[in-house]
This record gives sequence, C-alpha cells and structure tokens, in this order.
Amino acid sequence: MNFHKYLPIAALISAVIAIQLLTYFTGSAYMLTQLTMSAYYSLVIIGLCILMGYAGQISLGHAGFFAIGGYISAFLTTCNLLPYRSHSLVSLFSKAGLLNMSEDLYGGQALHFHPWAACVMAVLFTIIAAYCIGGPVLKLKGHYLAMATLGFGIIVYRIVLGTSFFGAADGLSDVPSFVIFPGLEVSGKSSVRIQNYYIASGLVIAGVIILLNLINSRIGRALRAIHGAEDAAGAMGVNTAKYKLHTFVLSAVFASIAGVLLTHYNGGIGPSEASVMKSVRYVAIVAIGGMANLWGALLMGFLLNFLSLRGYFGSFDDAVFGSILIIIMLFAPEGLLHKNSFRGIKKIFSHTTKEEGQA
Amino acid sequence: MALLEVKDLSRAFGGLQAVNKVSFSVKKDTIKALIGPNGAGKTTLFNLVSGMLPPDSGSIIFNGEPVHGFPPYRTASKGIARTFQHVKLFPRMTALENVMIGRHTHSKAEFIPCMLSLPWTWREEKQIRVKSLEIMGFLGISAFAGNEAASLAYGQQRIVELARALACEPALLLLDEPAAGLNMRETAEIARLITKIKEMGVTVLIVEHDMSLVMDISDEIIVLSYGEKIADDVPLAIQRNSEVIRIYLGEEDA
Repeated sequence: MNFHKYLPIAALISAVIAIQLLTYFTGSAYMLTQLTMSAYYSLVIIGLCILMGYAGQISLGHAGFFAIGGYISAFLTTCNLLPYRSHSLVSLFSKAGLLNMSEDLYGGQALHFHPWAACVMAVLFTIIAAYCIGGPVLKLKGHYLAMATLGFGIIVYRIVLGTSFFGAADGLSDVPSFVIFPGLEVSGKSSVRIQNYYIASGLVIAGVIILLNLINSRIGRALRAIHGAEDAAGAMGVNTAKYKLHTFVLSAVFASIAGVLLTHYNGGIGPSEASVMKSVRYVAIVAIGGMANLWGALLMGFLLNFLSLRGYFGSFDDAVFGSILIIIMLFAPEGLLHKNSFRGIKKIFSHTTKEEGQA
Repeated sequence: MALLEVKDLSRAFGGLQAVNKVSFSVKKDTIKALIGPNGAGKTTLFNLVSGMLPPDSGSIIFNGEPVHGFPPYRTASKGIARTFQHVKLFPRMTALENVMIGRHTHSKAEFIPCMLSLPWTWREEKQIRVKSLEIMGFLGISAFAGNEAASLAYGQQRIVELARALACEPALLLLDEPAAGLNMRETAEIARLITKIKEMGVTVLIVEHDMSLVMDISDEIIVLSYGEKIADDVPLAIQRNSEVIRIYLGEEDA
C-alpha cells in the first residue's frame, strides 16, 4: 500500500549488504569489526535523535545509559556465583534457569548469569534509572536540562571509575559471548565477524523502522508539537511531561541495548565508555546529522564513528567532535534544538555576496 | 444551565492581585465576552480557566465537574480548548499537522502501538486527517493545508489556530483576543467565523479589545478592572453602565 514508505528502508538494507560485499571483494574484511562497532554506536545516536531532534530535549548523559547497560551486563555475566551456591537467592536464580555454568581456560568452573538474563536485567535497570532521572530533570529546559543530564553522566562515570567490582579504571573484561540462540552469537571472534556485522546492522535497521513509525504517528506529531510550542501542545491535550519522559526512557533503552551488545562484542567495557566526552560526541553527531533528521543522524553516526574507530582522527579524536559541536553552535545559534544549520551557512554566504555586490 | 461556573477565583503574582474573587458563569450555546482595560486580569483569568495557571483560591466547575488546578492537557481532554493572544502555532509543522494536533484528545494510539505501526493506528491516523481537513474546509483554509505554519500570513495563522482549537471538538472555546493585529476585513471574517462556531453548538468565551466586534457577537459581557468584576450583563446594558464608562473614559472631573 504505502510502498514508497519502505523504499528508504530497502535502500538501507541494500547499503548494508553492499558494504559487506565491498569488504569481501577488496579483502578488507577486518574493517567489519569497526563497522559493527559503528553500527552499535549508531543505535545510541538514532535514539538520541528522537529525543533531541523531535522532542527537543537535550541529553548530555547518554553515555551514562550506554555504560549502565554495558556494565550491568558485563558484571552479571562475569561475576562468579559458585561460592554462594547454597544461598537461597542464588539457588532461586538457578532454578529459574537464569544461571549458566562455564569452564575457564584452566578448567576451573564458574557460575554466572546467562547473557539473556543479564541483558534483560540491564535494560530493566536502565528503564528504572531513566524514569528516576528523567522525571525530575525533564521539568528543566534548555541549558539547565543540559547541565542536569551532564551531572548524571558525570555521576555514572565516577561510579564506574571508583567502584572495585566494576573494575575501577580497568573496567570489566572476559565478558563471554552472547549466544542469542544456538548458531547466532554476539562475540568478537573473527570466525563470526560477518554474522556479527549483520546482527548489529539488523538491529540498527529494526531501530530505524521502529523510530520512523513513531515519527510518522500521532506520538511523533505530538513530540514535534512539544518541540515547537510546549504550552500550546499542553493546551491541545498533549500530556507534555509524560511524552517527554517516555521519549527520554525510549532513547535510554536504545543506548542501553547498544551498551549491552557492544560489551559482549568487545568482550569487555571500560570507564571511557561512560565519559562525558562520549556523551558530547553523541550530541555532536546528532547535531551534525541535522537534528530532526533520523537519516542524517544515522549516516553521520555510522561514518564519524567508523572514521574515529579506524583512527583517522588520530590523537585529535575528541578535538574533532568538540570542533564539530562548536561549528554547529556557530551556524545554528538558536541552540542545539534547531535544524536550520544549512540555512545558517547559506545565510552567511548570501550575506557576503550581497556586501560584495554593494561594494 | 451554566456550562462553566467560576466562583470566587483569585490569583496573585507576588504583591499584585491579578484576579480577585471573580465569579461568573457561561451559559451553554452563548458567546460571552470578557473586556477591561489593559492589565485588568483578563489573560490571567483565561489562563486559570484553561489550566495554564493554578488558582490561589476559588473553584471552576465545568459541566458539573470541578476542573480547577488541572494541568492544561486534562482541561483540554474535558472539552475546553483555547487560542492564544500571540498566535502559538507549531512553526515548523504544516497547517494541516497543526490542526491534526487538535485531534489528540480524540485519538489514543500510544508509544508501543505507534512504534509497531499496528493497522488500527493507520485507520486512526486516517480519521484524524479526514476530520482535520473537514474542519479546515469549514473555516475556508484548505488551500494552504500543506504550507509550513511559519510561512503563513498573520491573519491566516490566526484561523489555523482557531481550526486547531476546533479540532478538539470542545464544549467551550476560549478565544484570547482573536482579532488582535488583524485588519478590518480580517476582523469581520473572524466575527463571521465565531458566530458560525456558536451555531455549531460550541460555547465561546472571548477576550477582545475590539469593542464593535464584542458588541456585535456577544450575548453577555463581563467587565474586569484591576482584577475585579465590575459588571456582568447583556451588551446594551454594559454600554449604558456608568461604572464601565468611567473606567474606560476616565472620571469626568479628573
């Protein structure tokens, strides 16, 4: 019926396949590792795009949600429960089938949570955390919201950096692979590289479809109305506080799922994933993608993360994203909440040519 | 029977008593106007009724149900829609999308059904679109349904805002200075539309400075001055009320 609606999705799927074939025929299959990681980061970006570009609410704490997902999943799948086996809670988990016995390299046995159970718990915890944080801070607007979410990001960063069972500065490692179902696993082994590229890309495609559905619905319209004139939206019957909060939680869930899966893919997670510069990077990418532009955010998320992971920015990595943010701010002075950056650039050029014409 | 019953409503901002123990009622299927000099508290009273501001004391009974202290979205869902003194459209959305927001209280697809794009949400979306276009047709603005709201002329924006409020199918429509900034021809058009809306069975409460418009269309008029009600009567009696003449024209021996 709405065939043209699915055309961009078909194009996206073709692009994903084309990239894989390209790496195959050029013998650069090793690049799939960074492409997979970029895909997971893009999942964070598109989630944040809904919150910032459509609902008009900034978050400088999304690396925090990413880290919550990654760390909880890593912790639950690596902590050994064997010594506590007789504890009633542990046996309860065991009976519920949430636990998993494994053998390490030296033949020692370890009992820990199954990645599925860990993933579900990590996402549930993220949802609770996002509701608790979002409830009060989303009453704030503009700079104040940015500062409050920044504060949240810093808290998460300091917690993972200062807590010994989260590995402090070393982070958590030896995270097992996530067997989604037999034959399909999220792990960094080179034998399943292609499979993992498609798992990550598939998730991004699913995420894009879900978010496009949302954007083109009654809810998406209400979110854009909140962005445009919040009090008028309220007067038309839109429960602005609830919608902002739900969008915040939704985007936090996207970040959390990306965190869980990337942690299993990398086999570990470190505190740098929770750092403020990561959050700034996500915001910068959404901004350069054009704010209320899911496709722009996706493209930029994929491209810039890939370039960064391949080391093209060298030691200027953070500086590049910082500069992007400055440039966007200059050309979109009404703040991060507008998408007229191109118009701003155009205006500057048209201005100079006009002056030249007069001179 | 009164549709809206306001009793002893008060609201202060710091030391300023913006609205002071104001009581009035609006009968069903009538147009009631709220007039008064600048700073009389008209807009504050409007914000109290629409839920944009909570009152300090007093009660607002709508359709036999108390609505004071409700957040705006709940007042809207009870059937009170409003327009703003300074047009507040969603600038980057099309005129049609603006009107479609007005259907929000009459549709129910939430996050999960929308994300999954369930078939019933398409049907609902189609109904929203059809109804919105119908209302735009009724107000004669179908021609620029697809234009971005910010690109419309001021007078057109006012009518789009009116259409958005009507899309709520309100029982009570609050119009805050609908003719402000409009020329004579546009004002006449607004007056015609308001009368038409009343004939549809929508009760109207209107704040307006344009006296000829107010006298033409209203069934009853309330006069406010310094937050207090001075008069509440039919237009002819208001025109002859010496107190009203005094506050508008000043005292004879001032």
